[in-house]
Amino acid sequence: MAILLKSTAPRADDAHHERSTYRGKLIAVEGLDGSGKSTQIYLLKRWLELQNARVSFTEWNSSTIVKAATKRGKKDQLLTPTTFSLIHSTDFAHRYERYIVPLLRHGYIVLADRYVFTALARDAVRGCDRDWVRNLYSFAIVPDVTFYFDVPLETAVDRILSGRPSLKYHEAGMDLGLSDDVNESFRLFQGRIKDEYARLAEEFNFTVIDASKPIETQQHLVRAIVSDRIDLARFVRRSRPSA
Amino acid sequence: MPNRFYGAGLPRVHAENLTGLLVVIEGADGSGRSTQIRLLRDWLEGQGHAVVEVGLRRSPLVAKELSAAKEGHILGRTTMSLFYATDFADQLEHVMIPALRAGDIVLADRYVYTLMARDIVRGGDRAWVERIYGMALVPDVVFYLKVRPRILVERNLEKNGTLDYWESGLDIGLARDMFDSFLKYQTLIQAEFARMQERYGLETVNGNRAIRTIATDLRARIEGALGQRLGSADDAGPPRRPLSKRLSEVS
Repeated sequence: MAILLKSTAPRADDAHHERSTYRGKLIAVEGLDGSGKSTQIYLLKRWLELQNARVSFTEWNSSTIVKAATKRGKKDQLLTPTTFSLIHSTDFAHRYERYIVPLLRHGYIVLADRYVFTALARDAVRGCDRDWVRNLYSFAIVPDVTFYFDVPLETAVDRILSGRPSLKYHEAGMDLGLSDDVNESFRLFQGRIKDEYARLAEEFNFTVIDASKPIETQQHLVRAIVSDRIDLARFVRRSRPSA
Repeated sequence: MPNRFYGAGLPRVHAENLTGLLVVIEGADGSGRSTQIRLLRDWLEGQGHAVVEVGLRRSPLVAKELSAAKEGHILGRTTMSLFYATDFADQLEHVMIPALRAGDIVLADRYVYTLMARDIVRGGDRAWVERIYGMALVPDVVFYLKVRPRILVERNLEKNGTLDYWESGLDIGLARDMFDSFLKYQTLIQAEFARMQERYGLETVNGNRAIRTIATDLRARIEGALGQRLGSADDAGPPRRPLSKRLSEVS
């Protein structure tokens, strides 16, 4: 059964279908901030588009429905570990029910820049009960391929710190009270997230990519793996005869 | 020992020393919830208790967005459940728990039971939603104002001239017309409350009766809970004696 928490029975509503009812494929990328995953999924998307495949892209924390609330919650520091977790699950559920499921059922390749594993990792680091968070997301199917871009902690942290003048409060994990220094807090926070990803990697069968390799090398590998696991010909649009 | 969590609870929140009282009033629109809460508040404040009210869609965090989304009918069922859970958690952590720690009486105009019942009636998985609300505090008293669906119709029409879209369960297509849909939906919700009654210790109150009769009934039951709470305060946390005694010491 393709749900995250196996002891939970499938819900009888629209969001819950056995994988057999999905004609599409779901590919997710996960990794630390600064691991280069967004670049890699963008290049994968371009490659699929250039083949005229049915492909759609979805990004973490992007639904319009809770955007204002999340922004206000973060700005005013209203969020606790529990509400941080719940507001992100609401955002994800909306994208899942509204976009991901219909696209998968119709037969799209859906590319997700971060998926539920981001929440499982971050919320655990923030102290939420792991089983509680898994249950929250148990309505979501496990992707067909989950690429995990594995990068040394220092490399990822340096990339972020050199590129951004200042980190945001939650981004740096300041709410955890690990350190008063923003950069140090970020370093410690990312280290803990990396540990959580390591726990998840085996259980959810992540495909690990060495993100310290050149961009081109990683992308060739990603494309080879996708070609190997997914019958791309099935997703290529037949061009309509011109009038 | 009341005031513990149903399940995993809340990270970095300690539920010890909650010396207040958490009183929940459940029931459909038109069951008399708001009226009874108003009367309880007058009565409790008259006795010198500090009262704080909470209810659904009242969180500073998401109430506005949730109300807008509800009006627009654009949410999927899972999204709706999680949105309400966010609203509940925000009030739990930022209003209810601080108030209970301060020794206030919290009157909750609906609680997790309505949220669970709505979800289950819509085909949601019982275990999923119950686990989510493992974060909720176990209240000291839960009243369920049970009113015959036909009387609910009467009261809603008297008050609003119409039936509410969601309280009629129109989103789940139970019937073609609103009246039938309302009756069917409310019957399903009542059946779900009947299932929850034993598990969650709900006290079902016959809400078909006169306002005053129900109010007297609720007061008697709350007095019992209040007596217990104040009586056991020495074991439960910081010393706390009946208010009347403290007042007499002052004078």
